[in-house]
Amino acid sequence: MTAADTLFEPAGGSSDVGPVLEVSDLAVSFPSESGRVQAVRGLSYQVSPGEVLGIVGESGSGKSVSSLAVMGLLPSQARISGSIKFQGRELIGLSDDQLSKIRGRKISMVFQDPLSALTPVYTVGDQIAEGLLVHGKGRVTKQAAAKRSVELLDLVGIPNAAERAKAFPHEFSGGMRQRAVIALAIANDPDLIIADEPTTALDVTVQAQVLEVLKTAQEVTGAGIVIITHDLGVVAGFADRLMVMYAGKAVETGHVDEVYQRPRMPYTLGLLGSIPRVDADEKQPLVPIEGQPPSLVDLPQGCPFAPRCPMAVDACLTDEPPLSEVDNSGDHYAACIRSDELGAVEVQADEASVAAAVDVAAEVFGVEVIGEPEVARIPRDQRTVVLDVRDMVKEYPVTKGVVFKRRIGTVHAVDGITFDIREGETLGVVGESGCGKTTTLMEILGLEKPMRGEISVLGQNVSALNGRSRKAVRRDMQVVFQDPMASLDPRMPIGDVIAEPMQVHGIDKEQIAKRIPELLKLVGLRREHADRYPAEFSGGQRQRIGIARALALEPKLVVLDEPVSALDVSIQAGVINLLDELKAKLGLSYLFVAHDLSVVRHIADRVAVMYLGKIVEIGDVDSVFSSPQHPYTQALLSAIPIPDPIKERARERIILTGDLPSPANPPSGCRFRTRCFLHASLPPEKQSKCIEVEPPRAVQAPDHEAACHYAEPRQVV
Amino acid sequence: MTTILNEGDSAGTTGAAQGSPVDAAPDPDKGTSRGRLVLRRFVRNKAALVCLALIVVLYFLAFCYPLFTQWTYDQQDYTSFLVPPGGTHWFGTDKIGTDMFAQVMRGLQKSLTIGLLVGIISTSFAALVGTTAGYFLGWTDRSLMWIVDLLLTLPSFLIIAICSPAFRGKTWLIFVGLLAVFQWMITARIVRGMTLTLKEREFVKAAKFMGQPARRIIFKHILPNMASLLIIDATINVGSAVLAETSLSFFGFGVQPPDVSLGTLISDGTESTLTYPWLFFIPAGFLVLFVLSVNFAGDGLRDALDPSSTKGRRKESKRKALGELRKAKFDVQTERRGMPAPQGEGKHR
Repeated sequence: MTAADTLFEPAGGSSDVGPVLEVSDLAVSFPSESGRVQAVRGLSYQVSPGEVLGIVGESGSGKSVSSLAVMGLLPSQARISGSIKFQGRELIGLSDDQLSKIRGRKISMVFQDPLSALTPVYTVGDQIAEGLLVHGKGRVTKQAAAKRSVELLDLVGIPNAAERAKAFPHEFSGGMRQRAVIALAIANDPDLIIADEPTTALDVTVQAQVLEVLKTAQEVTGAGIVIITHDLGVVAGFADRLMVMYAGKAVETGHVDEVYQRPRMPYTLGLLGSIPRVDADEKQPLVPIEGQPPSLVDLPQGCPFAPRCPMAVDACLTDEPPLSEVDNSGDHYAACIRSDELGAVEVQADEASVAAAVDVAAEVFGVEVIGEPEVARIPRDQRTVVLDVRDMVKEYPVTKGVVFKRRIGTVHAVDGITFDIREGETLGVVGESGCGKTTTLMEILGLEKPMRGEISVLGQNVSALNGRSRKAVRRDMQVVFQDPMASLDPRMPIGDVIAEPMQVHGIDKEQIAKRIPELLKLVGLRREHADRYPAEFSGGQRQRIGIARALALEPKLVVLDEPVSALDVSIQAGVINLLDELKAKLGLSYLFVAHDLSVVRHIADRVAVMYLGKIVEIGDVDSVFSSPQHPYTQALLSAIPIPDPIKERARERIILTGDLPSPANPPSGCRFRTRCFLHASLPPEKQSKCIEVEPPRAVQAPDHEAACHYAEPRQVV
Repeated sequence: MTTILNEGDSAGTTGAAQGSPVDAAPDPDKGTSRGRLVLRRFVRNKAALVCLALIVVLYFLAFCYPLFTQWTYDQQDYTSFLVPPGGTHWFGTDKIGTDMFAQVMRGLQKSLTIGLLVGIISTSFAALVGTTAGYFLGWTDRSLMWIVDLLLTLPSFLIIAICSPAFRGKTWLIFVGLLAVFQWMITARIVRGMTLTLKEREFVKAAKFMGQPARRIIFKHILPNMASLLIIDATINVGSAVLAETSLSFFGFGVQPPDVSLGTLISDGTESTLTYPWLFFIPAGFLVLFVLSVNFAGDGLRDALDPSSTKGRRKESKRKALGELRKAKFDVQTERRGMPAPQGEGKHR
C-alpha cells in the first residue's frame, strides 16, 4: 500500500463527523404513456464515511434510479422531490455546472457495463488523466496526471500499468475494464463511490477480483460506498449495512448480519430463501416468490408486496406500513405489520443464523423438497445411456485475407471431451465464458458428425444418421435457451410456439389442440394464454413457455443452455423448482449448462467443469463440491459468494490472476498452469511436468475424476 | 398424457413417412391461431378495412364502367371538345372529344392491375431470393447475388425498350413481368441482410433443432419477422410501378394509344393543368386515391402482423422501417456508383 499512501490523504482526516450522504424522503417519477411512473417513493438513508451500504432489490425496484438521482444524472423529464444532502450540502436544485464540480471529484460512480463506461476512441490512461485534469485545473500538469493514472492502474491491479495505460478499452478484457473504471472512480480521492451492479456483467472468478479491488479502493480512499446489486451473495461479505428495496421503497434496513439472520419482512425472507446455496450439504427447497413486482404507475392501496406475500392478511391491504424498528435493536427497521410474528416463528430455532432464516422462509412460503425421479433409485450403471460423447473435438479455422483466405491458426473451441448422461440424471456443465460450453451444446444439438470423436444419442451414433432417423432423434432431444425473449418468435402466439414441434413431427391438429392447454398447465400457465404474443409475458413466464415447447414431444433428454441466468432471483427459483419437478414427474434427463455453480449444485446430479475446451473435473455433484480436486474447480468454488455475512467474511478466497488465455493459442501441457496457484507454488522440477505433459483425467474417488498431476482435495466452501 | 403421446407417436411416424416436399407446406398459417389472430386484428383496424373496400370498389368501377355510361374509351364525341365535367360527360372530354370518365376507368383497369401485380410480384420475388441467399449462404448466395448485381448494373429502361417491340400486339401483362423483373433487386439485398441477422436469433435455432426443414423456417419464422419491411416495400412498389409504366408509355413503349392507362392520361394532362384542369386532376386524383388505399391497407396488415404495434406506436415504427428502407437503398445505390457505402452492405458479402 505504499503507492496508495502517497496517492491519497489518510482516511478519516476530514472535519465532518456526520454522514457523507443523507437522503431523505426522496421521490422520483417519470412520465410514461400510461401515467406517471413512481420509480422511487419516499426513500431515506444515510452513508457514513468509510461505510459500505448495500442496496438490494429486483429489477424495477428503483435502486438504480435513486442512485442516479444522487449523481444528478436523471433525464430532464424526471420529477425529483425530497432532499439529498452530500456532506451537509443540498444537491437537489443545483445546476448541472455546480454538480459537475462535485461529480467525479467528491462523488464517483462505477457502472454496470464496463465497455460502455469507457470511451472507445481514447486510451485508458488518457481517460483517467482527463478526470484528473478536469478537476485539478491549473494545479495538475499533464505529465503529473499521466504519471498518476499509471499509479492508479497499478493500484487496481493491472499488470504492466505503464504499458497498459496506452491501450484502448477494446484491448482490455471485461474484468480489466471494470478495474480501469474503478481506477477512474477513485482518481480524485472521492468521499462517496456509488457502484451500480459492478459485477453483474462479469464471470464469477472476475467478479471476485473486482470485489477485491473495490475493497482496496475503499480502504485507500476511506470513502463511503453504496453498492447496488440484485445478488444477496455479493453484498454479504462486503457491505456493512443493507437496504432492501421493493416497489420504490426501502422495506428493510439494518446491519448486514441482522438482516441476513433475522429478516423481519417476508420479501427479504423470500429473497434469502430463493438463492440456491453452493455450501448446502443436502438439497434445500428453493422459495419462489409468486407473481410479479407491481406496476409503479398505479399502485393499489396497502402494502405493495401483499399480493405476493404468503403472510398477507386483510390489514395489509388497507395501509402501506412504514419502516419501523424491530426487536428494539436500534438499527434494524422493517416495513411489515407482522414482523413480530416472523420473529416468533424464528424463536423456535435454537440460534439466529442464516440457515435458520432460510428454514423459516421455507416454512413461511410453504415449499418442500422435490423428490427424486423413480428411475434414480436404480444404480447408475444399470440405467440407459441417454447421451454419450467421446473425445469430441470442434475447431474453427482463423483466416486472414479477403480474396485468398489463408489459414493462420486454429481455435480449439472444444478439444476432446468425454462424458455421458444416464436416464433420469442431470449433468451440469460449468466454466467461465469462452471455455467451450456453448460450442459443446451446439455440436450435440446439431446432430452432425463431429470433427473428431463420437456423439451418440439414445444409443444412436449421430454420424450414422440419415435425414429421417435424424428427425426421429430430434424428437427425443429438445432444447431450452438462455434468453427467453430471443428464443420465442415475437410474431407467433404462444399456442403456435408450443404447437410448432408437434407440427414438425406430424401430430394431427386435434391432438395438438388438446395438448397445448395440458402443456401450459404443466408449466404453470393458464390455457387462455395460448393466443397471446410472447411480448405480453414476463421473463420467467417466457422461460416457462420455452420449457413447455421443449416438453411438447415428451423428449428423453432436454438440453438447457443457461436457462435461468437472465432471470431475477425470485423468478429464477420458480423456474428451477419447475425443472426439478418436471424431472421427477417425467423422468427426464438434463444437460444443464450454467456459469452459476450454486444453481448447478442445486439441480445437478453430476457436474463437469470445463476449462479452455477440456473437462478438468467431472463427477458426482456432492463429491466435486465438497472436496474439489482440481485447482481450477477450487478457485471457481471459492469465488462464489455465499449469502451469509459471517461465513463470507471468514472465507479465504482463491483469487485467480489474469483472464482466460486465447483458445487459439492454448498453453502447452496443462492448460490451466498459467493461472494456477498450485503450479506457482510448486518447486521448478515439479513445475516442468505441468508445462510438458498434459494431465490425463484420473479417477480420484468413486465417480470423481480430475485432470491434474498434483490433484488433492481442498475444502473451499 | 402418456396415451396422447402414444397416439402422437403413431401419427408422428405416418406423418414423417408421407412428408414429401409437396404436401409438407400447403399453407403454414391455415387453421392455426396465428392466421385467425391476424385476421381479427386486421378487421379491428377500421381505416385499413375501409381502404381495402375502396380498392375493391375501384376494381369494380374500372371493369364495370360500361354499365354506367354510354361512352367508351376509344369513341369520340365530335360535338363536344374539351367540355368541363357535367352533363353526359361526367368527367368532361379531351381535345378530340373522348369521354374522360370512360378513359379514366379504362386507365384505372390497367394501372390497378399493373400496380398491384408488379408490387406483389417484385416484393415476393425479392423476399424469396433474399431469404434463400441469406439463409443458405455459400454458393446459393454467391450465384443469386451475382444475378442481383448483374440486373442492378443493366440499364433497365434500355432492356425494356429493346424488348417491347417483340411483345407488341401481345398481351400487356408481359409488360407487368418486365417491370417487376427490374424492381426487386435492391429489396432482395436488404432482405438478405435481415435474414443474416434473424438467422442467428435463438428462435430460428430452436426451430432448426426441433427438426423444422429450412423451407418452413423461412416461411414461418424469417418472413413474418420482416413483414413490416416487405409490406412497406410492396406499397411503395405499387406507386412506383404505375409511374414507371407512365414514363415508358410516354416514350412509346408499354400501353399504346388508343389504349390508355392512368399514367398516359396524367402525362397527357400535365400541359393543361391550369387551362383544362379536369384532364389532369381527375386521373391524378384517382391515382392518389389508389396509392393511398394500398398504403393504408398495407399499414393495417402490418399492424395486424406486428404484435408490438399499438395505435400510438404505429407512426414511429413506420417511420423507422421507412428510414431503414431508404438508407439501405441509398447504400446500394452509392455502392453501384462505385462510391464507398456509408455503412453496412459491404460486410454482408
